[in-house]
Amino acid sequence: MSSADTSKKGLTNFVDIEATRKRCQGYRRRILEVSQQVTALHIAPAFSCLEITDALYNLVMTKDGAGELEDVFLMSKGHGCMIQYIILESLGILETRDIELYCKPGGRLGAHPDFGNPGIHASTGSLGHGLGIATGQAYAEKLKGTDTIIYCVLSDGECQEGSTWEALLMAANLNLSNLVAVIDNNDFSGLERMSDGHPAFYPLVEKGEAFGWEVAEVDGHDSAAIAEAIWNRSKKKPFLIVAKTVKGKGVSYMEHVPIWHYRSPNAEEYKQALIEIEGDDA
Amino acid sequence: MRNTFADTFYDAGLKDDRLSIIVADISPAGSIEKFRSDFPDRFVNTGVSEQIMIGMCAGMAQRGMRPFAYTIATFALFRPYEMIRDDLCYQNLPVTVVGIGGGVTYSTLGGTHHAMEDVAIANAIPNMTIIAPCDPAETAAATQWCITQERGPVYLRLGKAGEPDFTSLAVEPWEFGKARKIKQGSDVCILSYGPIIKKAFEVSDALEEAGRSTAIYSVHTLKPLDRETITKVLSEFQHVIVIEECVPIGGLSDGVKRIAWEERANCQLDCFTLKDEFIHCYGTHDELLAAHGLSSQNILQQLKLG
Repeated sequence: MSSADTSKKGLTNFVDIEATRKRCQGYRRRILEVSQQVTALHIAPAFSCLEITDALYNLVMTKDGAGELEDVFLMSKGHGCMIQYIILESLGILETRDIELYCKPGGRLGAHPDFGNPGIHASTGSLGHGLGIATGQAYAEKLKGTDTIIYCVLSDGECQEGSTWEALLMAANLNLSNLVAVIDNNDFSGLERMSDGHPAFYPLVEKGEAFGWEVAEVDGHDSAAIAEAIWNRSKKKPFLIVAKTVKGKGVSYMEHVPIWHYRSPNAEEYKQALIEIEGDDA
Repeated sequence: MRNTFADTFYDAGLKDDRLSIIVADISPAGSIEKFRSDFPDRFVNTGVSEQIMIGMCAGMAQRGMRPFAYTIATFALFRPYEMIRDDLCYQNLPVTVVGIGGGVTYSTLGGTHHAMEDVAIANAIPNMTIIAPCDPAETAAATQWCITQERGPVYLRLGKAGEPDFTSLAVEPWEFGKARKIKQGSDVCILSYGPIIKKAFEVSDALEEAGRSTAIYSVHTLKPLDRETITKVLSEFQHVIVIEECVPIGGLSDGVKRIAWEERANCQLDCFTLKDEFIHCYGTHDELLAAHGLSSQNILQQLKLG
């Protein structure tokens, strides 16, 4: 039974908005906790795709009777993987000990996802690889005649890689209606704003459509909106979501500030970040 | 070799519906065309897009398929090199990358089409396996092995078409990972692989005429290199010669030299390779090899036998 069944069509209130908000708040808190154990962390990129990843794992992806995920999630923007790890921890797929040993000797999780670890379906880190792999995975599932959907989260920066566009073309050529890609469109690559340094990157929705995809643009920090866009897709073509996001979302001094691509907060900054994350819940 | 590969692949594809072939705008030879019409879903042409060719193969292998990527050697390996490294080798997936026209096979097409350093760059990546058969029969055996293997990524380096038979009288059968004695001899031993093994036979004939019994080995599996057999050859023969259609850095010559040093070999060792140069020269395959110093005449001269 696919989560994308029509009974959910248009039913925003199918999603428990308050529970979703609390869950995402908890994920941000947990990531900040990890940032105090080890500095090798991409916090802002993880906060940027936090609700996207939440929506896919917690609202959209199909689970079997035993609660095992049947669909596949690929973090093509490998540096955003901390939110994936934290969600996999919350689902019991990764162990808390894995998170404690993140980027440490004896641990198995690094700053980019590694194929073979529980819940990790592709090694990424070098940008522009994930969508090609996802295309092959989706095609294989079509050949096997399964209902498995392949979900792939991309950064907007990695859309500067030609390989991403090769994959966009092939997925459309092969009519991979079982492939859903989400671009975490925070408008930042590593160095600068996409709209400043790479203005021809836009318009993105029209590019996706011209490449043969069905495209929706949503607020990338609204888990319910992301889920709803996926539930409402026609399922006749590969589906692309342009998710408008804020890099570093949730912590004012991180938002839109490139150094937080890779920096971890010091003790004082950590305290402030927690206060901001908790907001009125504090 | 192309046709033998295609026939072997087609026959296996009849029985194993995991087998698929992903090509990048190359016209499918012989039975691959038949495979395409009989199993259209398991044949994909990505067009002139080698990165997605390799990326798709990785994803398909992860979901249980057994894909082969197939195009001209330079484009199979050089263009999507990071996909070969990260998607196939780092993830250690059972995908075979078939490179047609290894070395300077495409002798009239210029340097952009010469896969002179393909073996060297494939050799450098952990988890990679490299197989370069020398004739159609070895191509059939190697393809059959690639079809059933679960070891990881393979670079299968083929020539083009019309290669003669070199192994029907071989002393030993084809076995993955084993340097294969295809001609007996006791004084000199020539190690080679791929269609250039023709030069090994020409040199061997001249050596035999000069009274030196010459063995020939097809070192079809270049990675992992058969250290045991090569060590044995280096200790049993007074003179060992390597002839390969690859640049001098990173191919069989380097491998044999490394083993010779580490094993304290005492034999004479002479290596003949492509030059470490892009040469701007057009002609037949033989003429290109000659321009790189790989005519049997030049090899014999270097050996002071010409």
